[in-house]
This record gives sequence, C-alpha cells and structure tokens, in this order.
Amino acid sequence: MAEYNRMELMICLAARAIEDGSTAVVGTGAPCAAAMLAQRTVAPKLMILFEAGGVGPILPSMPISVGDSRTFHKAIDATSMPDIMESCQRGMADYTFLGGAQIDMYGNINSTLIGDYERPKVRFPGSGGANDLASLCWRTMMITPQDKQRFTNDIDFITSPGYLTGKGAREAAGLPRGSGPYKIITNLAVMGFDEETKRMRVEAIHPGITREDVIENTGFELLWAPELEKSNPPTQEELDILRNEVDPLRYIIGRA
Amino acid sequence: MAPTVDFHQSGDRDVQYVKAGKRRLFVNPDADAARKVFRRKSRRMVDKTTTVKEAVSRLIHDGDYVASGGFGSNRVPVAVMHEIVRQQKRNLCFSGQTSTHILQILVAGKCIRACDAAYVVGQEVRGISQVCRRAFESGEIETTEWTSAALAWRYKAAAMGLSFLPIRSMLGTDTLKQSAAMELDCPFTGKKYAVVPALYPDVAVIHVHRSDIYGNCQIEGIGVSDYDLARAAKKLIITAETLIGNEGIRLRPEHTAIPYYLVDAVIEVPFGAYPSNMAYCYFADEEHLQDWLEAEKGEETLLKFLDKNIYRCKNHWNYLLVNGGLERLNQLRQKEHFADRS
Repeated sequence: MAEYNRMELMICLAARAIEDGSTAVVGTGAPCAAAMLAQRTVAPKLMILFEAGGVGPILPSMPISVGDSRTFHKAIDATSMPDIMESCQRGMADYTFLGGAQIDMYGNINSTLIGDYERPKVRFPGSGGANDLASLCWRTMMITPQDKQRFTNDIDFITSPGYLTGKGAREAAGLPRGSGPYKIITNLAVMGFDEETKRMRVEAIHPGITREDVIENTGFELLWAPELEKSNPPTQEELDILRNEVDPLRYIIGRA
Repeated sequence: MAPTVDFHQSGDRDVQYVKAGKRRLFVNPDADAARKVFRRKSRRMVDKTTTVKEAVSRLIHDGDYVASGGFGSNRVPVAVMHEIVRQQKRNLCFSGQTSTHILQILVAGKCIRACDAAYVVGQEVRGISQVCRRAFESGEIETTEWTSAALAWRYKAAAMGLSFLPIRSMLGTDTLKQSAAMELDCPFTGKKYAVVPALYPDVAVIHVHRSDIYGNCQIEGIGVSDYDLARAAKKLIITAETLIGNEGIRLRPEHTAIPYYLVDAVIEVPFGAYPSNMAYCYFADEEHLQDWLEAEKGEETLLKFLDKNIYRCKNHWNYLLVNGGLERLNQLRQKEHFADRS
C-alpha cells in the first residue's frame, strides 16, 4: 500500500466527493489542490471559479491569491467579483470549500474573532467571501484538522452560516432553500449532516483511527451513521497526480 | 474628523424594516445626496494628468472615506497609498473589502480610524499582518462587519444610483449582527432578505493598465469590483501603467472599463501596483511582501522598514529603486510570463 500523509488523504477524499460536470468556488491552498486533483481524476469536467473573477482557468500552478493572474490563466472568462457572487446567488455554484478557527455541530463556522466584538482577544481576517459562499453555494465543504478547540459548540462568532440552529433555520433566516454544509473532511474522519436534525454525523473513519479518537477530538456530541465506513486511502495514481502535477513544490501537501 | 453621526435615518416616514445589524454606517447612503454631488461633477473631457503628490494633496482629505480597486495583492494602487502615508492623512475610513496590502500600508502609516471589514488582517496564504491585527484588537480602529459580496453590492447599489440593495447572504449570522445591514421582507414573495446600504466613497483609487489623458481607462484580466467602485465614488484617482492616445481608446470602445467623466485625476505610474501582481505585466514580489510581514513583528523594525520604503522615498520610482529597480522588475515580469522556469 502506498505511503501518504494526512493532508494527502484529506485532499483525495475531498476530490472524490466532487461530482463531474459541476462548478466549485475555491480559495487557495488545500481546496484548490482538491479541485485540481478532481479535474484530473473523478471530475474532468469540473469548472473552477474564484471569487475575484477567474472562471474555468487551466491552472498552471497553485495560485498564491484568489485574485492573482494564475486564477484566470487560459480561462474561459476573467470577470468580476459581483458577477461570480451573483452566479452563486442564482444557484449556479455547486460546491464551495471553507476554512475556519471554530465549527459547531450545525456546521456554523467562525473565521472572525475570539472574544467579544469590540475588544477581541484574537482578530482573524473575517468573512471575506466565506459568508457569501456558505450562504449561496449549494454544498459547503470544509477541509480542516480536528480537535476539541476547533470542533466546539462554544463558538465565539458565527461568521458563515451552517444549518444555524437546526432543521429549517436557514430557510427561516432567509437563506436559499436546499443549500448548506455537505462534508467536513478532517485528519480523522469524514462527516456529513443528519437529514432530520442537521447535526454533524460521522460517515467514515480513516485507516488507523478509532471511534474514541474522533470522540476525544470533538467538543460536542457527534451522531454516527448506522453503517460507518472506513475511508479508502489514496491510490498510487491519485498520489502521483497530486505530487507531480498538482503540488510539485509541496506547498500544501508538505504542510501535514 | 471622521463622521460621528449614524447615517441610519429615514426621517419622519414610517419605514418597515428590522434593524438587524447594530454597528455604524460610515457614509451616507442617500441617493439624492449623491446626485447632488454627481450633478456638480465636471463632464468636460479635459487633460486630467497630474502627479501622485498633487492628486493626493488636492483630492484626499483627513476624515475621508477611501476605497481601493484591485484585489488583495493584485492590481492595487500602491503608489497613491504610499503618498497618503507620506502626506500623513489622518482619520480616514476605509473599505476593507479585499485590499489586504493597502490596509497594511495605511494602518502602518496610522491613517485609518474606521473600517468596513470584510477581509482585514490576513494576507491570504502569506499569513497575518501583525500591525493590522494589533490595530483591530486594541479597538484603535472602529469596525463594522460585512462580507466581500456585501461590499461589492454596496458599490453596485451606489453605481445604480440607489440607496440599498437586497441580498441573500449574511442572514442568520453574527456577521449580520455586527454589520449595519437590515432585514426586509420581499413585497412580491414575502421572502426575507438582508438589505445593504449603498456605499458612495468620498474617494476611490484604481490602478489600470491603460488610460488616456482624459481618464478613459482599460483594465485587463479580472475587474474585481472596480467597474461599480469607479461609478460609486464621488472622486476617482486613476494611476495607469501606461498612458495611451485617445485614438487607442476609440479604436476599441468596448474595452473602456472606466469612462473619463468618472475620473478626477490621471497619473502615469509604471509598475504602480508593485509589489502586487499586475495581470500580464508583472507578478507579485513575494519576497518583499514577506519582508513587510517580518518587519511588522517589532516596532523598531517596522519604523526602519517604513522609513526605507515610504518616508525616505520621494515617489514610486524611488521605492522601486530601493527594492532592486529594473533588474528586480524584470524578474517579476518573467515570473508573470512563466519565463523564469528554465
């Protein structure tokens, strides 16, 4: 079996969750790597969008900024931020990938601050486009390390909406129907969301990880799929593409 | 001084809305107030070329609301921002939509008092600006929270000559609670919307690929929010990589992103976006941007850095020179065209 690190595993699992012929709004880093890998494996007709205006580029290398010239290299369109966001608002963006400092059991994400608003203990960059993408794209995914501090219901600030307070809450708040968190991919497991309660639910555990490892690294009570799966490790083909074509300089996969 | 009044006001009229966000609005969204300003704006196609120094001194005043074109560290108007720091403009309000490097410059220069915050202390994958982080954590800068699209649509509302637009993001979150947005039910469908107020900046600064002497501008690559920002701003300063003749504009009129009547000053500043990325011209100077982040870690090192790169530079040419001049710029040009990969 091929040797791999946990970042490579997370990127492969994220790539496999993408349907061919769909659209994904991505940022820099692991999400971009996952989208690039998906294009070379399960989803050759995936179209990548960047919030600053890049549409369908042939990415020559990993972009440094979601607005740098790589994001519209040999692209089909170099448009504007409002045009991208309006496509999302019209329901034409299938996936987005977000990051954050905290996430709760409904998939609400904090990337704004720790502490209180006027005098925060720690100030993070804030929403940027994250709140818009979590509100407007059909399916929100997250690639993140999992630990008790990060996976907590004592979330300091809801920057971007998950299912808010549970079933029906997004619609009641005015958010587009049928949108919301889809998969949370961590170094330990893959989680989805329970249809009835909209709470985070473990669907698959990675090789070498136990149920207890997942519980110990989560600050809230998780739901469990009746038939818990074991994540399939990366194939040699996926690893070759990831290492030789997607991230040859190991910017992302070297971070594990 | 920066505005201290809250612009949430509907006079005596009974307006049905839910006040969702509790933070302050830093500029007046009123469309008639904006029309008054735009009525006075010159329609004459005259030579508007000047110097960065003169434009900043004439068009930007203490307490103004300033917005920047471009995105993060891409096509951002660095030359003008350095001059704002050199002229020690104070108490500015800033639209913190994506312009991470510009905010870093203005905060280091102690020019900012208030900020509409969508993306503020981060430099994307490069890391966090410590100077910005300290300023936002200490309360030195008053903030109102938004999102990238909310600010794009606030410019759009202004560009349309309106006072607000309904949007479907921000809803249900603390981002909304700490904003100055409201909620409103759609009169046709009954569905709930967030409504964001028009943003008419006092001054916008945009760096473009080409302009003629009148301010007719062409932009290559992504436009980000600049099409709407140019129309939303009461005053607009353009820096251009290259000045071209008016016939060059007229040859391809569909390429005009910004027509002259929006523009108050035009300055030819080659490499004017350095150290940011200028599409098809030069890539970002990653080493220099890392030096910025490093220098911010201590007060002494920051002062020394600002002294070398801003205060002791007479203009943008000097700044380019102290950072390697033409040789460095040529490396960045090669990087943009993948010619550095041999």
